[in-house]
Amino acid sequence: MTNAIEVRDLTKAYAHNQAVDGLTFDVARGEIFAILGPNGAGKSTAVEILEGHRTRDGGSVSVLGVDPATGGRAFRDRIGIVLQAAGIDKELTVGEVLDLYGSAYSRRRPADEVLAMVELVEKSDDRVSTLSGGQQRRVDLALGLIGDPELIFLDEPTTGFDPAARRRSWELIEALASKGTTVVLTTHYLEEAEYLADRVAVMASGKIVASGTPDELRASADAGTVIRFTLPAVDAALAGLLDPLVGNATGRDGKIEIVTAKPTADLAHVTAWAVSHGIELAGLSVESMNLEDVYLRLVGDEVVSS
Amino acid sequence: MNDLRLLFKSVRAENRIFWRTPIGAFFTLGLPLIMLVLFVAMFGNEAGFSGSITTSQFYAPGLAVFAAASATYTNIGMLLTVRRDDGILKRMRGTPIPPRVFLAGVVLSAVWIAFVSTVIMVGLGIVAYGINIELAKVPAMLLSFVIGAVCFATLGITLASVAKSAASAPAIANATLLPLGFVSNVFVSFGQDSPRWLEVVGDIFPLKHFATAFSASMNPFTQTPAIEWGHLGVLLLWTAGGALVASRKFTWEPVAGATPRGRRSRRSR
Repeated sequence: MTNAIEVRDLTKAYAHNQAVDGLTFDVARGEIFAILGPNGAGKSTAVEILEGHRTRDGGSVSVLGVDPATGGRAFRDRIGIVLQAAGIDKELTVGEVLDLYGSAYSRRRPADEVLAMVELVEKSDDRVSTLSGGQQRRVDLALGLIGDPELIFLDEPTTGFDPAARRRSWELIEALASKGTTVVLTTHYLEEAEYLADRVAVMASGKIVASGTPDELRASADAGTVIRFTLPAVDAALAGLLDPLVGNATGRDGKIEIVTAKPTADLAHVTAWAVSHGIELAGLSVESMNLEDVYLRLVGDEVVSS
Repeated sequence: MNDLRLLFKSVRAENRIFWRTPIGAFFTLGLPLIMLVLFVAMFGNEAGFSGSITTSQFYAPGLAVFAAASATYTNIGMLLTVRRDDGILKRMRGTPIPPRVFLAGVVLSAVWIAFVSTVIMVGLGIVAYGINIELAKVPAMLLSFVIGAVCFATLGITLASVAKSAASAPAIANATLLPLGFVSNVFVSFGQDSPRWLEVVGDIFPLKHFATAFSASMNPFTQTPAIEWGHLGVLLLWTAGGALVASRKFTWEPVAGATPRGRRSRRSR
């Protein structure tokens, strides 16, 4: 079976901004693939090129064996798109909206089935304008599903959801994938990517800075262990503490973070230094790196500035 | 076949949206009716108001045309820009709904609404003010209505193509349609002593041609069949010109820098 998506050396520039700068990746059929990254990393631009919403400057793109730029109606008949901020005609009822959009697809799911999937059955006769933001987002999702797509794009599908609604959406997305639907989602929630994705690509400044399964990502980032503590005051002897740990230690406002592959030795060094200076290290902790640490190291300053 | 069904559903949805927005329905249908009642009350319904016809014979077709133009031109300009700003058009572009079917649905629905308002206007003229409609001139009425309404519907898409956002669309619509109403035999009758340049302005734009062609088909003094080919030809030219501009300029996504809803925060650089 061929891949659902094959992208090679994809580039796209706006006036002063190389939004997508040489992306290469594959998505297998039936896979949940997450593109993770801070705002402005180029996630939406990349996905909109795959959806056929945007043209590319260079590289090749194949989605379901078709070039989205020229795939036209037959291509859009096979995909579902849930955009980040696309409106719905508010004067229509949920059922009317599903009927209107649904009739455009050759393989449509029954409206009742879709409403059940997104848990909006009792809202079928309500106007969209009367729904809450989260319910409207579920109508978005329903519209993405109405054509029974082979591949669905979800652009930050659970932004603004409460934790329970997010969990239910995750279960729905998992259920879709288990029936063979390929899912491409963008998100800036780490736990979303970690929970859902078979594979993750981390984007920053238009490039993929890391990719793989969540487990591989941890490993590839040379994960190791994080030692954290807070110094009561900046001390003249600080240099003596940090010198042997150069390259691994970062400090800001007295909060020190040391990423290390030899935590036992480094911890011994830190505690010996603290004891000899009569300092109690506040909030001292030793943890193995989680995906968030990996992510923050990968995207670096991007996150701090956004 | 599938496209026809899609077109039907799309026209039906457009119609629902229109009638469920009472303020829009009032401005489109109610206001011209109020104007007809007011004008006839102000000037009296005597013969000789404009040439040898009565006040209501002058105003009923003129205001029917004005209502038809706002039902098509103004409404389409507004609904398309609002939906573009809201991302509804972008959503549409991501589905298999063909753009032509969607736009045809918008046009047909607007023409239908224009038809309803025209029937109400002419109906009020017949019932309340004793206007006579001649059966032999009904084909001319229908023909000039359809050509005029399709022309203004097309220009509504053109308007949405040049307006940057839903905030500017109604301003452009009113700034174009209302002044034209005064030089196009809609709000005031043009006599021999009217300034020549105002007449020329009226002749350039389509509203006067729509009003003149439609009025002729309701005028008891015109020759049957009362089809004004010259005026209809000008309307067809405007339709073609408007369609050409729209085909080059129409966009499905919010225009950058127009600060549409929900994207304000991203407006940097």
